[in-house]
Order: sequence, then C-alpha cells, then structure tokens
Amino acid sequence: MTMTKMRHTLVALVEDKPGVLTRMSSLFRRRGFNIESIAVGHSELPNLSRMTIVVNGTAGILEQVRKQLSKVVNVVKVTDVTDDNITVRELALVKVRANSQTRSEVIEIADIFRASIVDVATDSLTIEITGDEDKVDSLLNLLRGFGVKEVARTGCIAMLRGAASQPRPEEKPSRARKEGYRLL
Amino acid sequence: MKLTGAQILCEGLVKEGVDIIFGFPGGAVIPLYDTLPQYPQLRHILVRHEQGAAHAADGYARTTGKVGVCFATSGPGATNLVTGIANAYLDSVPVIAVTGQVRRDFIGRDAFQETDITGITLPITKHNYLVMDVNHLPIVIKEAFHLARTGRPGPILIDIPRDVFMDQTEFSYPEKIDLPGYKPTLQGHPAQVKKAAKMVNEAKRPVIIAGRGVNISRAYGELAYLAETAQIPVLTTLLGVGCFPESHALSYGMAGMHGMVYANFAIENADVLIAIGMRFDDRVTGKISAFAPHAHIIHIDIDPAEIGKNVRVDVPIVGDVKLVLQALNKQVTKKSRLDWINQVDDWRRDHPSIDIRDDDGLLPQYVVRQIYEITRGEAIIVTGVGQHQMWAAQHYWFDKPNRLVSSGGLGAMGFGLPAALGAQIGCPDTTVWCIDGDGSFQMTIQELATIVQEQVPVKIAIINNGYLGMVRQWQELFYKRRYVATPISCPDFVKIADGYGIPALRVKQRQEVAPAIKQAMTHNGPFLIDFMVEQEENVYPMIPPGATVAEIMEEPKQPIKAIADSKSLKVSNI
Repeated sequence: MTMTKMRHTLVALVEDKPGVLTRMSSLFRRRGFNIESIAVGHSELPNLSRMTIVVNGTAGILEQVRKQLSKVVNVVKVTDVTDDNITVRELALVKVRANSQTRSEVIEIADIFRASIVDVATDSLTIEITGDEDKVDSLLNLLRGFGVKEVARTGCIAMLRGAASQPRPEEKPSRARKEGYRLL
Repeated sequence: MKLTGAQILCEGLVKEGVDIIFGFPGGAVIPLYDTLPQYPQLRHILVRHEQGAAHAADGYARTTGKVGVCFATSGPGATNLVTGIANAYLDSVPVIAVTGQVRRDFIGRDAFQETDITGITLPITKHNYLVMDVNHLPIVIKEAFHLARTGRPGPILIDIPRDVFMDQTEFSYPEKIDLPGYKPTLQGHPAQVKKAAKMVNEAKRPVIIAGRGVNISRAYGELAYLAETAQIPVLTTLLGVGCFPESHALSYGMAGMHGMVYANFAIENADVLIAIGMRFDDRVTGKISAFAPHAHIIHIDIDPAEIGKNVRVDVPIVGDVKLVLQALNKQVTKKSRLDWINQVDDWRRDHPSIDIRDDDGLLPQYVVRQIYEITRGEAIIVTGVGQHQMWAAQHYWFDKPNRLVSSGGLGAMGFGLPAALGAQIGCPDTTVWCIDGDGSFQMTIQELATIVQEQVPVKIAIINNGYLGMVRQWQELFYKRRYVATPISCPDFVKIADGYGIPALRVKQRQEVAPAIKQAMTHNGPFLIDFMVEQEENVYPMIPPGATVAEIMEEPKQPIKAIADSKSLKVSNI
C-alpha cells in the first residue's frame, strides 16, 4: 500500500433518487475523505446520473473511498479512471477588471486560451473558459494582474478516450473483481 | 381493491413474514395504529421508550435470524430510536424502523414533532426512505426487507408522512425489485480461494478468528469442518462467541482486549490468520501496527469495504462466509499440527485467564459461572455494556450460536433489558437471562413495565457494584484512581421490581447465589436478582487500549496499586 498522496479522478454512475448527493457527500465528511471537486449531471442512461469526483489521498484511502461509495445503495458503479487515458474538462466563468486601456489585452489573452467573452461592461469582462484544470489555472494566473473580481468553476468532468466507456451496470464482473484487489 | 398506506404497510409486513412489532404510538402514526386491529397476525409490543423498541427488535433479530421491526412516531419518537439503529448498524443486525412523519405539506416548516429523521439516520442505516407517494410504498417495503436481510445485514428506516398512511391506492405487492447499485458478491473469487487454501495448507501456526459473519451466514458446520480438518485453533470476537462450540478442544475463546491470554498469544505467534466474518475492530486488534506481526492474513467478508480498512490483508476474499468456506474446505488438506496445538495448550495451562480466585466475597465472575451451571449452558444471555458484559462473555460458555446477545460495536449501555425482551419474545421456549450492570440497567429500567404487561419471563441478574465499573476500572488503572463521576447510587432494585410486580431477591453472600438462581428458574415469569458484588473487582485479562499483547495484564497477585503507579502504561486512544 503506497503512502504517497495522489490526486484521483473517480467516475460514479448513480441513480437519480432524492438524497443521493447527500448520501455521497456525507460519506466523504464522515470518513474524512478530502474532495477537491464534485460535478454531477444526467447521463446517457435513463434515471442515472454521472458524477465526477476528484479526491486526494493515498492508494489505501482511495480504495476505501471507492468501496464505501460503492456501498451506497443508489450508487450503481464507481470507476477510478486516474490511470486511464481520459479527457478531463472543467468550465470556469471569470469576471475580470477591464477598462478601455486594458480591454484589448485581456481579450488577447482570452483568445490565446480559446476562451470566449460572454459579457462586457464598462469596467469588466466575463470570460468563459473550458479545459483541464491546468489550463483554467494558467488563465487565472495571467488575469490576476488585471484584477479578478469573481470566479465560478464547475469542477472536473472526465471521460475515457476512444471507443471505451465506463462499464454499464449490467457489465459484471466489476473492475475490482477482475483485478483481484490488486490495489491492496 | 384500494388500500390505505397504513394497510399497505401492514400487508407488506405480513407478506415479509413479520409477526412481532415493537413500538410506541404518537400523533403521526395514529392512522397506522388505527389499522393494526385489522391485522391480528401482527402482535404489537408496547415499549416504554422508543430506544427500547429498537433494541428489542435488535435482540429479536439476533436470536431468531428474522428481521426485527419497530415503530415510532415523528420527531422525538424517531430520534429516540437513533441509539438502537446505530447499534444495529454497527453489529450488522437486520432491523426495519418505521417512523411517522408530519404531513407532506408541513415537511420543511419545522412543524410540531418534525425532525429530518432520514437525514439524521443517513450514516447509521444501510439505507433509508422518505415515502412521499403512497404508490411507492409497496416497492419501498419490498426493497427494505431485501436490503435488511441480504448481503451485510443492517437497519433500514422507512419514514412515512401521516397523510401517506391515509392515502389510498390499488395494492399489489411487487414480485421483483430493481436495485442496480446493490448486488452483494456471494461466491468468493476462485483464484483467491485457491491462494487462501494454499496458504492454509502450508501454514505451520494457523489461527482462525471467527466473527458475527459466521452467525449471519449460518456457517457453523463449514467453520467446524475447516478447523477440524486442518487442526486450526479457533478464536472468536465478542459477537462471534458461540459460532464455534466453546467446549470444543480447538476452541480457545474470545480474543482481544478482554480476551483470553492464550488466544492473544496465538494471534501474536500465528503465521497465518484466517479472519472470517469479522472486521478487525480496535477492541480485537489493539495497536494495529503490532497486530499479528508474523501472520499472513486471509480475510473473508461479504462487505468489500471491510477489506483492508483497518489491517493489511494478504488474501482478501469477498463473499458469503458459508459459500466461501465451502469452496475453501474442498481444497484444504487434512493435517495434525500437533506441535502448534500443544503450544497453544501450554499457553492455556500457564495463563488460564478466567480462573475464579478463592474469595469469601461475592465475586461477579462467580455469579455468572453459577448462572452457567444452573442453566446448564442452555440459556440465551443478553447483556448491557461494561464489566458485567465482559464477565458474561468470559465466564458463561456458549456451545450454540446466537446465545450471547450483546452490543459489540456501539457499546450501548441500556441495551440489555430491552434486547432481552426482544430475545424472549422471539424465543419463547428458551430461558433468557439478562445479565446487566447497575449502571446499564438504570438506562432502560422502564422496560420492566413492558415485560410485565406482555408477560415475558425474562430473568434479570444485576451485577451491582455501585460503580460505573468499566470506567472506574480505567480510572483505577490509567487515571491514578481518580473516580470521577463513576460512583453511582441506585434505587432499591428489589422494591423497584416489586413496584412493577416482579418478584425479586437481593443476594449478598456467596452461598445465596445458587439458591436464588434456582428460585428464579423455577418461577414461572420474570424474576430479578440484585447481586451485591465486590465493588472494585476488575475485568482481566486486559490489553490496555492501543497496547500490544506484550502489555497484557493478568489478574494481579499483588494489590492493584503497583500497576496504577507504573509508568510503563500509557493512556492513548481512550
């Protein structure tokens, strides 16, 4: 069991039932797991939502997180995709100070990041950016000098690259069974 | 035909085989109680406090193997269940708690007797439901029973608003359930079973620790076969006591903090540890890093989250204990392992652990031993929590499973009397003794009235030492005898019993013990004996919390003061 802390991305398929988010977040709190971000929305399957959870911890802790989440009755499937080939995206809205002197410079920076300007006011711009966390962080760093007034981030969502997709509920055996608990 | 929500609930309970309900009415559940007379096959036991209802359902479930059911009203009724629900959760007991809720249009408005009981019980139930539509009720009941008794059993709470009890709908009970996120693994992974078999076959000093999982999956025969074929000493956890006959030559009793010295020595020296249906509670392991230092660990449990949670595991096997053992037993070879067995027997001879010393005073251990003798080891023993609990586990020998009923994980004082009530109602033909402490007993003493009203012939032995004894023992050993808030007065229990209409005796002398117990046994109905035992008797052996087997404390030959002043003992993890 390695003791080094590492960032893990988990993708969970959960039933659309009242309280399912509470059940999951309460589990994180109670067992002392550290969430970095959590994002949730409908999936391609009826009555099922897909949740992306970014969590920090050692391999041992992560194994507990995965198993404890799997124990929640409304959780259908939890996959740790950290080591897989994945696309990770986050969306952020950034309101940054920009007057007539600085506006064009801010727009230029946004362009480099292929971000778009979604709102303009006399003394500010709102930028929408999509990308992995590093890209969002870099943009924020560059904008800091102008004065960032407000930031809203969605948290990461993740998906396997290529034809592979997260196993559906009926596709047993689970990843853990196949691996024979290699992580332990 | 249309039925009301209350009728649907009762129909569901009947279909699931329920015949006993422990409960207490209140505003939100009046429509439910009003329906009960239509279902004479459901016997309702009126407790005196909802905590008693939850504990009684728990005791009923543990001794019968069936699902225990309790009812409570909204608000305080529901919150009073919480300790009992948490208890059932930690000890994996199938209990269904039905609570009333305020009307749907009042929910979220802090209405009279409104509490968010599904929110409150979220972390202490296997699952819970708030039923906002009477049409959902049948499937919720079906799912709840399925969840409660399959996989790793546990409590399920169903919260039903008052007006949902009164709403009507066409009733049909579902045949099937659809829980895509709930599919317990039953069969062990063949490759893992093979690995485990190889490890067992090659082991020189193997040890089995069996827990409540053996009871839950009724794997007694499989466990005995494994132990006998491979000649492996069997230890149990507190909740596993009796899953392997304690009179068996290969039984070495309970392990852990107050376990047998030789049992803990066996773990310390084992090269392979086979943990079956147990979860490495800190009361079993002591200091985790020093636990079973020489052993490869095979861990069999139905709950994957238990594996690797507390200790490192070399061969994890997720599955139902019975099925896994059946598979494992096919690959385990016959062996004698005489050297190892002799070694453990030597430890047992040198450290008998539970010899009762010759003493003129009334020793609590002696009381338990006398109950054992007179009931010929055939009784169901239900305990509270504290010293008496450990003495009951140590000095009553259990040859049958589910005969020791005790709050293990939660350690809930007050469990004894209501759980004994539940056990006796579930097992009317078995003698039930509630061995309780004077502290524990006072927490749920009101259930004496229930016992009388329902004519439940529970025998009660109060191990009365005038202290909250287990805490006092810790204060004596680790806090230089500063007895803060542990001396506890109690009412005259004989008079109290008399007030409830229960015959009772007070016993102060050793020679009065056996006659009193015999009198209780011959009395046809509940009976209480107040045993005034030695006040400062300690539970030994003891591994101090967070300590290792090397620091095990046996009954001292010298006065206890020497130990109290010793600097070698550190208080940690209390």
